[in-house]
Amino acid sequence: MDENHLDFITGCASNVVFQEGEFLFRQGTPVKQIFLLRHGRVSVQAFAPGRGQVTVDVVGAGDLVGWSGLLDDDGARFDAMALELVRAIAIDSACLRQKCEADPCMGLAMFMRVATVLERRLDSTRVLLLDMYAANHH
Amino acid sequence: MLQTTTERHKVADPTLPKLMVVERTRRETADTFTMALVEPDYATTMTFQPGQFNMVGLPGIGEVPISISGSPHSAREIVHTIREVGDVTKALARLKPGAQVMIRGPFGTAWPMDRARGYDVVLVTGGIGLAPLRPVIYSVMRNRARYGRFILLYGARTPEDVLFRKELREWRSHFDFDLQVTVDRAPNTWRNNVGLVTALIPRAPFDPNETVAMVCGPEIMIRYTAQELMKRGVASDNIFLSMERNMKCGLGLCGHCQLRGNFICLDGPVYNWDQMGKLMEVREL
Repeated sequence: MDENHLDFITGCASNVVFQEGEFLFRQGTPVKQIFLLRHGRVSVQAFAPGRGQVTVDVVGAGDLVGWSGLLDDDGARFDAMALELVRAIAIDSACLRQKCEADPCMGLAMFMRVATVLERRLDSTRVLLLDMYAANHH
Repeated sequence: MLQTTTERHKVADPTLPKLMVVERTRRETADTFTMALVEPDYATTMTFQPGQFNMVGLPGIGEVPISISGSPHSAREIVHTIREVGDVTKALARLKPGAQVMIRGPFGTAWPMDRARGYDVVLVTGGIGLAPLRPVIYSVMRNRARYGRFILLYGARTPEDVLFRKELREWRSHFDFDLQVTVDRAPNTWRNNVGLVTALIPRAPFDPNETVAMVCGPEIMIRYTAQELMKRGVASDNIFLSMERNMKCGLGLCGHCQLRGNFICLDGPVYNWDQMGKLMEVREL
């Protein structure tokens, strides 16, 4: 990413730390920050009636959590909980949205990167739907 | 000098079943068990190479191909890990110690243990696919100095479906064995990874230019894994996979396991990606 764009984004960012068991955000609460994980793993969970709290994904260093904050401040669809000590860069989502709108060139660069992450996650989700480890009858 | 093909080891008389006795069985998961077989008089048993399989039979019921999941260094017993999916495997699951089974083999090509010498060894596996790779783990652990970094990435459906849990815990304690387990879905008490096994590849600590990868699991998992490994920079001829097909004779005669010009029981089950990758893309093949 362009150095100027990085400087621009840095203005919205801060370093954050979460201890094991702490939540980065909770289901239903506004996603005010997007997290770039530098260290540690985060469990993405949903509450399913009858099944309790279910882990649907675990992401680690280099991953992005809370990407939906790029679109709006609506409530998070999932819980995000630190499985261990987590160090991350938190980017204020409203600030980032405004900067993306103000500089469409940077906005495109940003959304292309996020789209790459989403493509990988969508691919994984589709393969998981195949339930490929289910027994084949032969 | 690197070998360019998978390793092949022939059995003396492939048509002659050998009578063996169940020494012990162990339940691994709800539908999978491990069975150790010995010769009736505890004589020396068959030798095999990691990746090979036996035809395991019960008179009057049938015969099925099962990968050998035990140590290639054990002279006393042959171990198979079996998923109950059909009549033969369900009948095998009911056997008690002392029961007799018929064995033909070992058949097929082996994982490239010699080729992997001096390289990082990356095993990527899912579901029951861990069983055919377990002999590789035993072999690398026994000859650890011959290999570079050693990594196992293992995916299962749920935490309850994870095989060899006791051994996984033991292997995890080795500082020179990097082991990652992931499941498709889990309760929030699960502290390991959740998601596709391929998601573990981008950050696994290996040098792609000096890596031999061995992949075993459902074909769709193998395809995605190979793509991810190549994206990371692993050469396609250094990616090895084990094909599962409906093998019947084990001799390349009946054609049940034929895949274009290949008889999986004879020319496989272990191939490299250059040999098998394009065929795996063909629908209905």
